[in-house]
Amino acid sequence: MDFTLTDEQKMLADVVAKLLDDHCPPAALRQLMTDGAPRDADRWGAIVETGLVPVLVPAEQDGLGLGELDFALIAQACGRAALPEPLVDHAGIALPLLAACAPAHPLLAEALSGAATLAIGHPLNPLVADADTAAALLLVHEGDLHLVPRDQVTLTRRPSIDPFRRLFDVAWKPSGTTRIASAATAAGPLADAIDRGALFAAAQCLGLAQCCVDLAVAYAKDRTQFGKPIGSYQAIKHHLASVQVKIEFARPVLHAAATRFPDRDTRSRAAISHAKLVAAEAADLAARTAIQVHGAMGYSWEVDIHFFLKRALALTYVWGTPAFHQARVERRVLAGPLGPDQTFLPDHPRQNEGQHA
Amino acid sequence: MNLTYTPEQNAFRAEVRAWLAAHVPARPLPSFDATREGFEAHRAWERTLAEGRWGMVTWPQEYGGRGVDLLQWLIFEEEYYRAGAPGRVNQNGIFLLGPTLMEFGTPEQKARFLPAMANGDEIWAQAWSEPQAGSDLAGVRATATRDGDHYVLNGLKTWSSRAAFADWAFGLFRSEAGSQRHQGLTLVLFPLNAPGVTVKPIARIDGKVGFAEIFLDNVRVPADQRLGDEGQGWHICMVTAGFERGLMLRSPARYQVAAARLAALYRREGDPDDAVTRAAVAQAWMDAEAYALSIYATASRILAGQPIGPETSTNKIFWSELDVTLNRTALSILGARAELLPDPAAPDPTGDWLDDYIFSLAGPIYAGSNEIQRNIIAERMLGLPR
Repeated sequence: MDFTLTDEQKMLADVVAKLLDDHCPPAALRQLMTDGAPRDADRWGAIVETGLVPVLVPAEQDGLGLGELDFALIAQACGRAALPEPLVDHAGIALPLLAACAPAHPLLAEALSGAATLAIGHPLNPLVADADTAAALLLVHEGDLHLVPRDQVTLTRRPSIDPFRRLFDVAWKPSGTTRIASAATAAGPLADAIDRGALFAAAQCLGLAQCCVDLAVAYAKDRTQFGKPIGSYQAIKHHLASVQVKIEFARPVLHAAATRFPDRDTRSRAAISHAKLVAAEAADLAARTAIQVHGAMGYSWEVDIHFFLKRALALTYVWGTPAFHQARVERRVLAGPLGPDQTFLPDHPRQNEGQHA
Repeated sequence: MNLTYTPEQNAFRAEVRAWLAAHVPARPLPSFDATREGFEAHRAWERTLAEGRWGMVTWPQEYGGRGVDLLQWLIFEEEYYRAGAPGRVNQNGIFLLGPTLMEFGTPEQKARFLPAMANGDEIWAQAWSEPQAGSDLAGVRATATRDGDHYVLNGLKTWSSRAAFADWAFGLFRSEAGSQRHQGLTLVLFPLNAPGVTVKPIARIDGKVGFAEIFLDNVRVPADQRLGDEGQGWHICMVTAGFERGLMLRSPARYQVAAARLAALYRREGDPDDAVTRAAVAQAWMDAEAYALSIYATASRILAGQPIGPETSTNKIFWSELDVTLNRTALSILGARAELLPDPAAPDPTGDWLDDYIFSLAGPIYAGSNEIQRNIIAERMLGLPR
């Protein structure tokens, strides 16, 4: 039992945070909006260069073979920067799905290198994000998994309030040539996709929640009213402290859920849903509190917080709505067994259990 | 990150479980805050625990403990609450003063006080708050005046938990005349039966005497009952408060067991179509899990050599708020029976939820009010100006 990040994991989190501090400051977000470009090629290049794309693909398939906790740390940093590029969807969800369902697919190597990205249309999400820049789309028809080249689909842009989310309705025709896995083969990997999607949405929420608190704290130290920094007033302090409490008690839930992803059982899925619920709540509260602390400035386009508010809104409902995740938690709670000796147990004996002495 | 127990940890859990199964009283003991009889029944249980060396497993062997680490302490607590074992009447002693004595006490003080604390011979109360020094503890006015090899204590302490029946108290006093705020304060240990001490129980909102006023009128105590240096009292109290708000005061197992009981109550008596209450039951379970995971994370960090920081203030807010909502959810399942008092003769222990709910309302107040905790989080974690 050791509930700490390894030195390698701390280093990974630091590296990604630094990378995005350098390449994805709020000014860069605004520049992307001005340019009207779907993504920043230099930033994507830096992300690829850092080696963040093959993280979740097994080593025997030329990936790094790291775990969901490692990628959750990356996703946390992406959330903190409100990253526009589809690193989480591509590297965190689509790529491991393709690698699991079609390990010999010719597109895999290109997708691993980051030269091509994949978009994913999961039945849980009615729209497909970043479909226009993807080389191909992973789509589901009657449970079968298809990989469809972009030039074989018709995309209709559906503008999101989040200026950096590119959402599309996708019209397409399933065929024998697009099908890469039968429903039976794809069921497990698609369930994994839900869990990864929910975990990494939660991780992004946690990252952006902390960013909102940090922005609000900086403003509250600087802004003076009634002759004192507004951050010296308890009304402001208590708002921000309440947000920090939410963050502090969402983080270990997320980290434990990511660690337990491989169990793939009722308990581990309830843990993931728990993480999604509380991280989304933390992000929503953080963003709204940060706006409140900024006062009228917070409601202006000029201040960056609205980017995070909008991303939090979007992430709350993708990869399972709160109702979807609440139901998964309720099933686990009503099924039992519950109690303090149950927290770390899987529904089934773990392999290698007892070798940690 | 490795979230499986080692074989040693599993064996420790099995040992605790077996001992508790053989020793936990079959019937719940009467409250230690209501009557002397209930208090003494809990003292006897402390002795039973001490005889099995289960009284305070984290203490060193020489003081009756087992010298186990924080993760084993969590496992012990999990089994303790699972077994429905009695509340710890000496928790002020074993969880607060004990660790403080080990850090700041002289060898003589450790030898004098720790064994008696461990075996329940001396039950401790905390004497910090005063009528004019509550959240603003640095406003302490009670004095400890040096007179040769004694201190003479004068003043009034209040809201002192367990003091109605306890044997000793550890108090914060102004030892330097004219000193201000955090300066000139000293921690002194004194017996509650000393000449000049008058203890006046205060009835809580449930009518029990869980706390008391302590009047001190020229109470003479030997100078070797001072804990730490003269003038060091504030610093020591803050270290003690760290234990209190941090890991030791409320172990997560308490809430995990309560959440499991709540889910069982909902399964038994809840309306299956009541989605609001079902969601609240799930929320209680999630909150208890989140608290447990957070404490495991903190314990792991401490074991890895990192200090316990201001995040202890987030703990106190989180457990006290979850406790209130958890118990309120139980009342909403009980509906019109929620207001019924516990009835020892009735087979259905619904009234326990009411007791727990009323007690939970004190949580956001004691051990440093949640408003003070939010100030601490804002100033020490977030860096906002005072």
